[in-house]
Amino acid sequence: MQKTYYDPADLKKFSKISEWNEELGAKFFDYYGKVFEEGALSEREKSLIALAVAHTIQCPYCIDAYTGDGLKRGITKEEMMEALHVSAAVRGGASLVHGVQMMNKVNKLDM
Amino acid sequence: MIKSLKQQNKELANSKRQVEILSNGIFKSGELPTFKDKISESNQFPLKAKKLEILQINVGYMCNQVCSHCHVDAGPDRKEIMTRETMLQCLEVIKNTEAHTLDLTGGAPEMNPDFRWFVEEAAKAGVKDFIVRSNLTIIRANKKYYDLPEFFKKHNVHVVSSMPHWTQGKTDKQRGDGVFTKSIKALQELNAVGYGLPGSDLRLDLVYNPSGAFLPGNQAAMEKDFKKALLEDFDIQFHNLFAITNLPIARFLDYLIASENYEDYMYSLVEAYNPAAVNNLMCTNTLSISWDGYLYDCDFNQMLNLSVNSSIKHISEYNNDLLEGRNIVISQHCYGCTAGEGSSCQGTVTS
Repeated sequence: MQKTYYDPADLKKFSKISEWNEELGAKFFDYYGKVFEEGALSEREKSLIALAVAHTIQCPYCIDAYTGDGLKRGITKEEMMEALHVSAAVRGGASLVHGVQMMNKVNKLDM
Repeated sequence: MIKSLKQQNKELANSKRQVEILSNGIFKSGELPTFKDKISESNQFPLKAKKLEILQINVGYMCNQVCSHCHVDAGPDRKEIMTRETMLQCLEVIKNTEAHTLDLTGGAPEMNPDFRWFVEEAAKAGVKDFIVRSNLTIIRANKKYYDLPEFFKKHNVHVVSSMPHWTQGKTDKQRGDGVFTKSIKALQELNAVGYGLPGSDLRLDLVYNPSGAFLPGNQAAMEKDFKKALLEDFDIQFHNLFAITNLPIARFLDYLIASENYEDYMYSLVEAYNPAAVNNLMCTNTLSISWDGYLYDCDFNQMLNLSVNSSIKHISEYNNDLLEGRNIVISQHCYGCTAGEGSSCQGTVTS
């Protein structure tokens, strides 16, 4: 039995997902490719967003992929770390902003 | 400043040892296909030399920089320098060849004491594209080099310069402390005499090499980012960016092995193999000449001491008919030139 849930080699097998459902797999990868093409945002900006999201969803495959992608695009480590702090700030803020709900509840019930 | 592998007597200063490493391990075990097997899949083995288009002359391994990725293992301690006698032999070939491009490289070619004489003589041959690969910092290294931009202009030399990034951190990490600041100043001086400006015939192109164990990104996108950043931050302009893949040779191979990135890097090169790049490999239309006049299929083969597969081995016995159609000498480092969009001294080869 595999000793860990994640194997770096599995990232390279991502496209094999299509083998069990060709139609949906193809649609997904077409969509994925289109999303990352240059549009109103540059490919570089999209790569940084992907890196931040990868850390938010804590996906090791995505962190591996988009760190490498960023290096290839000449994204600096300072830019990468700033993107991560945006992710961390929004994530932390999401916890904290729920504190308003807590305060509302306390204010309503507490004498 | 760090010393060359040769000066340090390192194992990888030996070209035979490098070829052994590239031939053994994951390639010998069959874990990865050899380059020969890979190109055989599309019936492209053996690679054959086509009509000569580019004559690339390495005028010496001496350099004022010691870059961490250098496949030449160049540096101030390298004493291999082309003599005027060998240059005269090269000039004979330059005058008679139909090659449209003459490409001077090193080391820092400007450090060869006969560099200026050679450029003056070679410029008379009327080659269409006369390239000098300048590392930029040489222009600011010493007073005697300060007039190089004017000298290049006078002889209509096409300047091709390395610039791994538009930020100081990444540039200095690869090329040495202070390189970024000097390079920026040199680029501004080249712009000042007309190099790299839109519409200018004075060509100034930059070379981008990744600063680590990863492949270059899309050349066009990188060029756009470089142009934007250099113009906004330093008011610098240039014509084209050539994205060149680092080949696992000399100092870059040493780095890959020391950082335990060698196998992963070779995997990434093999995975990125693009058969479309094979048709336009630079070794098929280039002849590389070493400081001592010997002939190679490319500058990379020169550093691995893989000489041309021909009865003609030296520039003094140059014979186009005997060299054309020769089998190109290959090894696993060749995967560096077939990865992604392909790689050559002129950048990608498939677009």
